[in-house]
Amino acid sequence: MSLTNQLKNQHLMWRAGFGPAVEQLGDLSEYSSKQFYKALIKASEKKPDYIDVADDYLKGLLMGVEEIGRQQVKDLSAEERKKRQQKNRDGIRNLNMYWMHNMVNSAAQLREKMAFFWHGHFACRNVNIFYQQGLLDVLRRNALGNFGTMLKEVSKSAAMLNFLNNQQNRKDHPNENFAREVMELFTMGRGNYTEHDIKEAARAFTGWTANLKGEFQFRRFQHDYGSKTVLGRTGNFDGEEVLDILLQQKQTAKYITQKVYRFFVNEIPDTEKIDWLADRFYKSNYEISKLMEDIFTSEWFYEEKNVGALIKSPVELMVGIQRMLPMKLENEEALMLLQRVLGQLLFYPPNVAGWPGGKNWIDSSSLMMRMRLPRLINDTDEMNVRPKDDDDTMMGRMDPNEAPKGKAQRMMGRSNKPILADIDWKLYVNNFESVPREALGEAIAKNLLQTKMRVSQDIIKQFSDQSGRENFIKTATIQIMSTPEYQLC
Amino acid sequence: MYFKRKEFIQVGSLATASLMVPKFLKAFEGAPLVPQGNKVVVILQLSGGNDGLNTVIPVRNDIYYKARPRLGIERTKALSLTDEVGLHPALTGFKELYDDGSMAILNNVGYPNPDRSHFRSMDIWHTASQSNEYWNTGWVGRYLDAQCHGCDKPTQAIELDDVLSLSLKGENIKGIAVKDPRRLYGTANEKFFKDVMKNHKDEAGEQPVDYLYKTMAETLSSADYIFKQSKMHPTNAEYPKTDLGTSLKTIASLIYSDINTKVYYVSLGSFDTHINQENQQQRLFTEMNDAVKAFVKDLKGNNRFDDVMLFTFSEFGRRVAQNASNGTDHGTANNMFFISGGLKQKGLINDLPDLADLDEGDLKYNVDFKNAYATVLNKWLKADDKAILAKKYDHLDFI
Repeated sequence: MSLTNQLKNQHLMWRAGFGPAVEQLGDLSEYSSKQFYKALIKASEKKPDYIDVADDYLKGLLMGVEEIGRQQVKDLSAEERKKRQQKNRDGIRNLNMYWMHNMVNSAAQLREKMAFFWHGHFACRNVNIFYQQGLLDVLRRNALGNFGTMLKEVSKSAAMLNFLNNQQNRKDHPNENFAREVMELFTMGRGNYTEHDIKEAARAFTGWTANLKGEFQFRRFQHDYGSKTVLGRTGNFDGEEVLDILLQQKQTAKYITQKVYRFFVNEIPDTEKIDWLADRFYKSNYEISKLMEDIFTSEWFYEEKNVGALIKSPVELMVGIQRMLPMKLENEEALMLLQRVLGQLLFYPPNVAGWPGGKNWIDSSSLMMRMRLPRLINDTDEMNVRPKDDDDTMMGRMDPNEAPKGKAQRMMGRSNKPILADIDWKLYVNNFESVPREALGEAIAKNLLQTKMRVSQDIIKQFSDQSGRENFIKTATIQIMSTPEYQLC
Repeated sequence: MYFKRKEFIQVGSLATASLMVPKFLKAFEGAPLVPQGNKVVVILQLSGGNDGLNTVIPVRNDIYYKARPRLGIERTKALSLTDEVGLHPALTGFKELYDDGSMAILNNVGYPNPDRSHFRSMDIWHTASQSNEYWNTGWVGRYLDAQCHGCDKPTQAIELDDVLSLSLKGENIKGIAVKDPRRLYGTANEKFFKDVMKNHKDEAGEQPVDYLYKTMAETLSSADYIFKQSKMHPTNAEYPKTDLGTSLKTIASLIYSDINTKVYYVSLGSFDTHINQENQQQRLFTEMNDAVKAFVKDLKGNNRFDDVMLFTFSEFGRRVAQNASNGTDHGTANNMFFISGGLKQKGLINDLPDLADLDEGDLKYNVDFKNAYATVLNKWLKADDKAILAKKYDHLDFI
């Protein structure tokens, strides 16, 4: 049975973006998915603007440091250091909100979705707003560009060099962390190289570091100019040449393609399809847009078994709801709190391997919270949950006079405050103008779900407000968003 | 109806009768309401990296006092365990446990190639992976996987929290996070969820949607089960009104019920004492001390202390030298407390770390924490530790 245009386009929007927006509802059945994909590409063509949320205080500090030299940072008083940390954390929170806002509102859905994927691939924890801004910019700019270029820019970013301890990687005192993760997680995957390859590659990356402004620095005197043998090739390689060697391995194309397939198509890998894609990806010299086009314009991408087969990540879930129901949040901090409670706080991946995804998103408490979410947005219920403390984000910031509860709440928004969203229902409700009353439930479910609804319409009706057409549409929408089915895309 | 009434009368009369039995006879009174023998583990996570050197203190060690001119705890202030070793002054209840043979202290626990990031190091403790491996499942979770084939409720491991730790997430089975049984019961009993579930026909498929429905079904039934169990024999012992006190009180009530829970998990923090360490550690230790003291007293009073193994851990210890802000920075090896009425080895079961032999200012561990896990899994929980930890680790002798 072939799928309707509407379902296909919804599928495309959920995978190549963060779900259909309310403005698009009318178009979903009008166009073919090829036309839809073309429009998506076009909307993502423009080079994205650099997101700069760093505080003036920090910028001033940075300028000052530039003038008086590096030593001065260490001489900051405890008070100043504390302030600096706080400003950095605030900056990362603002970056988080800004980017999430973009995911909801930007027309460049494909670009933001790809950047979101790369954000999990090149996972990095770093409490320095300049570093994080810089890395995000690399990912957003190259999201649909060339993978090799992006790999090199990431490898030269202050965020990643610092996170993977490459500032400690010096001639005669190599630190292998960076070289190891580049091979294991960013390019080839485990089991395709030897420990010796790592040791040798690490030598090539010696002297790669960054200054306080986050600019790449090559320290000549720390670099090991000797001969190295990596993956069977010998030469006086520098870091860039080692990255080239990694890109020459077909395994790299295969590893990346497999990860892309599992993220965008189906968690269960299809070896035949992946091999075909990887082959073409490799031949195109790692053009990401070509790989994505191969996927999103193929027939098999729209096969029934791939539709509604993925569990939305917390960010996809939250952004998806906001795209369908435009809203103003009085308590924006709630978005941070929800990310933490549901297990996906942007810019704080669990480790360099990124978020494992899939079933890992779901346990008793996260599932219940996900299913309560739409009603929390709609009502004025208190959230009544407290996320775990994250000592990496708090960085030992202590106030001995204050209980931890107060501290966590001040940092990440009060946990017992309602979300207080002001939903703009007009456009959404108008969309159902021509639908007869008795068919409303079905029509709403069709828009919202990518899988057959198992909850009967009777139950939806029973829990919806029957007092008028508009009230019914609103409440039925909230109820359908509160089902297990809505967790899938 | 009649049956329930009868049970109530029995329970009621037993309770009244026990008040009249002379004290010396109470011990022989026989079966408490719940059979003994169900061995459980209570894991107390000290989040943020507790400073182990100011917890179990080498009170005769000059290197210690030199490295910590301000933060070093004087011998006269420490609670003396031996001539050489003292406990942090706030840990009076732990000192009593030490004295009566209910506590073992395992020193200098860590792992090869230690990581000093909180998150990463906690990850390693939660998953029990090597430090260059990234695993997606926790060691308690894998215990559930191995133990719980066909269990209909994921209540074998309960975390007293709103969010479930990686520790308790297995490949197929995950523990359940419950801060307050009553609140979870309330959420799970929302009529919409109940009705959605009631009308759901189990299709026993392998699709993600089936997994979601399965998790939902388990959550709803577990919420009921845990709530009912927590009310079966709620403890009426006094506990401090702190977060940890409340959690341990809930745990005690569940231990007295006939719930199938084998592992309880609870966290305290943050011990990340980069600045003004003294106040922070004092405050947290007071909370820990008072709560654990009440818990042990309660368990003893109900003859269950022999069945419970409480242990503490932290993601890392702190550096030997204090820093410039009267605090300490991230370090490596640390100590673990094991508290139970059923210990084989008691007191200080190995040597304190060697402060003369450091790795750039950090302790060199000599017990891998995975040996402790293997011991608890194998000897206390009777589980296949080798399969769960994916490697054979030698067992220690404290159990």
